[in-house]
Amino acid sequence: MRMRILCGSALAAVAAAQLVTTTRLGAQAAAAPDAPAPYTESIPDTKITFDMVPIPAGSFTMGSPDSEANRQPDEGPAHVVKVDGFYMGKLEVTWDEYDQFGFKLDLQRKRKLGITLPQDAADAVTRPTPPYADESWGWGKEKQPVIGITHNSAVKYCEWLSARTGKKYRLPTEAEWEYAARAGTKTAYSFGDDPATAGDYAWFRANSEEQPHLGGKKKANAWGLYDMHGNVAEWVGDLYAADFYGTPAATAPNPYNDPGTALYPHSVRGGSWDDDPAKLRSAARRASDVKWSRRDPQNPKSIWWHTDATFVGFRVVRELDKAGAK
Amino acid sequence: MTSTTDPNGAASRRDFIRTTTAAVVGSTLATSMNLPGAWAAGSDEIKVGLIGAGGRGTGAVDNVLTAAQGVRLHVIGDLFPDRLKDSLENLSKHGDKAAVPAERQFTGWDAFEKVIASDVNYVILATPPGFRPTHLKAAIAAGKNVFTEKPVFVDSHGYKTVLEAFEEANKKGLGVVAGTQRRHHAAYLEAMKRVQDGAIGDVVAARAYWNQGGLWNKPRQQNWTDMEYQIRNWLYYTWLSGDHIVEQHVHNLDVANWGVGSVPVKVVGVGGRQARTQPEYGHIYDHFGLDYEYANGVHLMSMCRQQAGTPGLVAEALVGTKGVLETQDGVRYEIKGPSAWKWDTKKEFTNPYVQEHTDLIASIRAGKPLNELKQVAGSTLTAVAGRTAAYTGKVVTFEQLAATDESLAPQKLTFGPIAVPPVAIPGSADTM
Repeated sequence: MRMRILCGSALAAVAAAQLVTTTRLGAQAAAAPDAPAPYTESIPDTKITFDMVPIPAGSFTMGSPDSEANRQPDEGPAHVVKVDGFYMGKLEVTWDEYDQFGFKLDLQRKRKLGITLPQDAADAVTRPTPPYADESWGWGKEKQPVIGITHNSAVKYCEWLSARTGKKYRLPTEAEWEYAARAGTKTAYSFGDDPATAGDYAWFRANSEEQPHLGGKKKANAWGLYDMHGNVAEWVGDLYAADFYGTPAATAPNPYNDPGTALYPHSVRGGSWDDDPAKLRSAARRASDVKWSRRDPQNPKSIWWHTDATFVGFRVVRELDKAGAK
Repeated sequence: MTSTTDPNGAASRRDFIRTTTAAVVGSTLATSMNLPGAWAAGSDEIKVGLIGAGGRGTGAVDNVLTAAQGVRLHVIGDLFPDRLKDSLENLSKHGDKAAVPAERQFTGWDAFEKVIASDVNYVILATPPGFRPTHLKAAIAAGKNVFTEKPVFVDSHGYKTVLEAFEEANKKGLGVVAGTQRRHHAAYLEAMKRVQDGAIGDVVAARAYWNQGGLWNKPRQQNWTDMEYQIRNWLYYTWLSGDHIVEQHVHNLDVANWGVGSVPVKVVGVGGRQARTQPEYGHIYDHFGLDYEYANGVHLMSMCRQQAGTPGLVAEALVGTKGVLETQDGVRYEIKGPSAWKWDTKKEFTNPYVQEHTDLIASIRAGKPLNELKQVAGSTLTAVAGRTAAYTGKVVTFEQLAATDESLAPQKLTFGPIAVPPVAIPGSADTM
């Protein structure tokens, strides 16, 4: 209804949806009118929302120094990286959000209520096939972070979300992820070097009771991001290459190791509920592996679901407009 | 309980195969005198024939090719040419080990006969379950070792056929392993060993769950007959899948039977088709809730559903006089009580889908073939009895059910029109 009144073309409707569904939260925005402000995104025609926080443009040292405890060779050489500003999800993506896409709940609702949304591009995004199992692994879904989905699934979710909302959502690059996780720090964790305090900031092996948890229950980092350390490990866009940091591409602005259509290995960051603190470090990297689908008895194995990766999820980022804000 | 090989013995089994080739060949030759065609003379090569080249059958070939040395896909068969072609393409990564020339590719209704009539010595049965008894009978009759997917039948006539095949396989010394892969899963084996050693005392109750969302279906194509449509969407027709309790929940029922040490004697329960009612989902139910009883008075509470958007749980539990075993594959395997124990989920172990082939091949090569047919037939019957109880509303005794000798299959297997059976209504005249 709202849409029909506002739209002259599909594009206009997308812009309108953006205005209507975006709620500015920023008191800070008043102080610096041009600075991006946090906002709450709504998935159109649902009650589902999620919060995005602005990450300022800047430079940081990516990777870890040789002196860092538990440092691995793929974390070096440490190198300075310049990153444009962006928005990042305050929390990891939840099943409530993902299932709109993953189980076509949006399409079901449209059918049931006879809703006509103009953003039909979202309907055209390829959707997952249903898994031959319980994808929540008995841990429930309400507000729980998504787990066990493939990199391909996460990418396709972002495409769908972009089409639905009219904004450009995607996975963070590995550099963006580490920049945001560090939030200006150079220590092993965004809360310092001492893993003894990890329990205040993260769900990990020792305190998780061997399962993922609701997002946002621990302390945030300095930029307002929760669960960057632990809970679920997070997909980033890049192809994993142990020696990437030593290549010229690594020091270009906004570095990104484009995976193309490779199924493996992609980089996963932040560690999970199933890891010890060493793997939660800001610089720690992990590569996805075909073993994450070892108990998928089919050939071809599912391109949507991992049978053996209950520890992996993701969060989204959104690029800033060229103008720098919004 | 049927024992399998030592779950921690993977390394030693590999050593055995590598270091004792002469002895193995010796014993195989001895066996092969009784088994014409089962073995190429003087070789212990496993020549695999695949019957049913869908996703699971193709995956099973992946598994068997990595399960042991000296294994090759030799012959392949499927009802549909497109499925066969896709399968071989997906297997091409194995190179020569899965390169099957055109003259050993068979399609159509008699494809299984041609695979079985070839010189393979190891047949993988991975068609929809409704065809399984026929394929099992033919494979065993022809002297082939068999890896059969679960379930192994969908009706009481199939049960009878499979029990006969079990006896014949024993007589002929053939190996048969079933795709109830938890029986070859290191964590389950360790848990069950502890239960048998008394870690939870006497088992007094059991629970089994397979609750999940919906599954795939394939939209009807213009040139598909009813028969082709049903077979390509076999999950949703009882004569093909047995209903989801038989096709899927059989895994958990099998774990319960394994833990209790027998098959139940009767069952009462409820079920229905409530959320998944569209015609593309055939006539099967979308939920079952059952109370099984074993001869020793132990009850098994079983629950399964395929309803989109509902919370899932795929798990089993055994309640004992001194503790409880809780298993949830991929998540945890745990004994609670004075003899508390937990499987370390970080521990590496062989993929059970590979291990089941490793165990079967090792048993064949050692001249001591495993035969799991009776065991998987018992668990399949458990599922069929549960379905029957829900469909009819009656208390179903396993003895009566086994005696009915009912077949759900159409009279004639041919492409053409075929009706969708009505959804079973408990208490109505036409359900039993």
